[in-house]
Amino acid sequence: MSKGPRDKQTTIEDVVASLEDGMTIGIGGWGPRRKPMALVRAIYRSDLTDLTIVSWGGADVGLLARAGKIRRLVYAFVSLDTVPLEPNFQRARQQGTIPEVVELDEGMFQTGLRAAAQRLPFLPVRAGLGSDVLVNQPWIETVTSPYDEGFGHEELVAVPALRLDVALVHLNRADAHGNATYLGPDPYFDDLFAMAAERTYLSVEQVVDTAGLTVDTPVQRLLLSRMLVTGVVETPHGAHFTDCRPDYARDERFQKAYAAAAGGSDEEWQAFHDRFLAGDEAAYQAAVAAYGEES
Amino acid sequence: MEPTRADVCAAAVADAFADDGEVFASPMGTMPMLGVRLAKLTSNPDLVISDGESVFLAGVPPLFAQGDVVEGWIPFRRVFDVVAHGTRHVMMGATQVDRHGNQNISAIGPFDRPRLQLLGSRGAPGNTVNNRTSYWVPRHSPRVFVEAVDIVSGVGPRRAAEAGPAAARFNDIHRIVTDLAVLDVGGPDRTVRLRSVHPGTTVAEVQEATGFDLGDLADVPTTREPTTEELVVITEVLDPRGIRFKEVPPS
Repeated sequence: MSKGPRDKQTTIEDVVASLEDGMTIGIGGWGPRRKPMALVRAIYRSDLTDLTIVSWGGADVGLLARAGKIRRLVYAFVSLDTVPLEPNFQRARQQGTIPEVVELDEGMFQTGLRAAAQRLPFLPVRAGLGSDVLVNQPWIETVTSPYDEGFGHEELVAVPALRLDVALVHLNRADAHGNATYLGPDPYFDDLFAMAAERTYLSVEQVVDTAGLTVDTPVQRLLLSRMLVTGVVETPHGAHFTDCRPDYARDERFQKAYAAAAGGSDEEWQAFHDRFLAGDEAAYQAAVAAYGEES
Repeated sequence: MEPTRADVCAAAVADAFADDGEVFASPMGTMPMLGVRLAKLTSNPDLVISDGESVFLAGVPPLFAQGDVVEGWIPFRRVFDVVAHGTRHVMMGATQVDRHGNQNISAIGPFDRPRLQLLGSRGAPGNTVNNRTSYWVPRHSPRVFVEAVDIVSGVGPRRAAEAGPAAARFNDIHRIVTDLAVLDVGGPDRTVRLRSVHPGTTVAEVQEATGFDLGDLADVPTTREPTTEELVVITEVLDPRGIRFKEVPPS
């Protein structure tokens, strides 16, 4: 009988089977960078519905919007960077297929996650004041400071906690218990998503033993502690086609093909879906590999 | 060496950052990046610049060049901290700018069902009530400069004042540089004002390309031409490949 912490390794299918209609799901990464795309693709092809998606968005939002999974979207932007405007997101907005749209400022978004992570109902921030974010989200209130620092009792935005039922994040390495490192340029906010959530599912490029996490990597790159993680899935290339350096850069050629299909006719999207998204993750990776060999 | 319109724009962007002192200069897009790096190599060597991703660069590399001495770490979480701290000057793009200096990058048309969905408001609401904010408009036209923006992402001085002291305290809309002119919010009631028109352009052309009245245009000067030193820095050091001409083609 092992005395160590428990093994949390699971599968893409079991993670998605644990999700329920109507849940609030936070998706880590940033725009087209280190998104848990293998888990997102599995939601895309699932029967789940009426989801609230909370994301600094990229193709994760685009795919789930295209599949009609989103009842409520909380975002500050949706972009693929080298393709500035996400065609599936644009299509959903312009056709009005997302019933509730909560557009926040980027810093408000972070503040909302912080409030949830700290189990507070709200946190005050300046961002949003005077902008149409507050006009279009009249449910977001302001709060008057009890203190006067010489500028009167300032009226600030009371950003409500962005509480998540589930957070989905993708990192480079983890052990079987859920301790995980990011090896790229930016941690993004994956630790904050995890702390704002009831449960966090972590996909990684590679599962290694615990000692292996820091054998050639500074301890400061350990972003997630196992106490924040419910399940660990090894999904090599699981962030494809988003950036997951140093394991791989964004697949710009594939992203262009995605954007062309998303912005094209229904038939073009159907063809993209049939080729890449109709099967499971192994089928996706095989189709991407085959596409990569074409030139 | 005869300066092109793009060179004039780069110098005008650089001038927007000349008096900033030691702050994080945060350019969005090619021309803002060129102008910021020009300022760092000429008028304001104290500027702090990044690779556009996650590190502060100690040197001043050419546009989109890889690798240089790193002097700091600036992941997104720290960007938000610096925004709130105020030691930053961002130059953003703008799909629309109105008479009151409000900016829109969110969507065109009504928010509930936009005719054209754009990026979303990104960091514009927070930038404009926390740190100095300028805009770069590569094609000055009545579609960009409108009477009232469809959605207020970036907050102009009037909206900030109406929202109260907490919004107005650090609201600082500094410059709007376009391919035709330089503007600011120094007009009556802090409205948009024409500061200068670029060489080869007239005030009448700029007014024609602006969807609201720019007011008294009697004494609007011409934007300064880049110095020889600046032209050498632009053409030999920062942008030898002419990437700037994709945004502002040579006439």
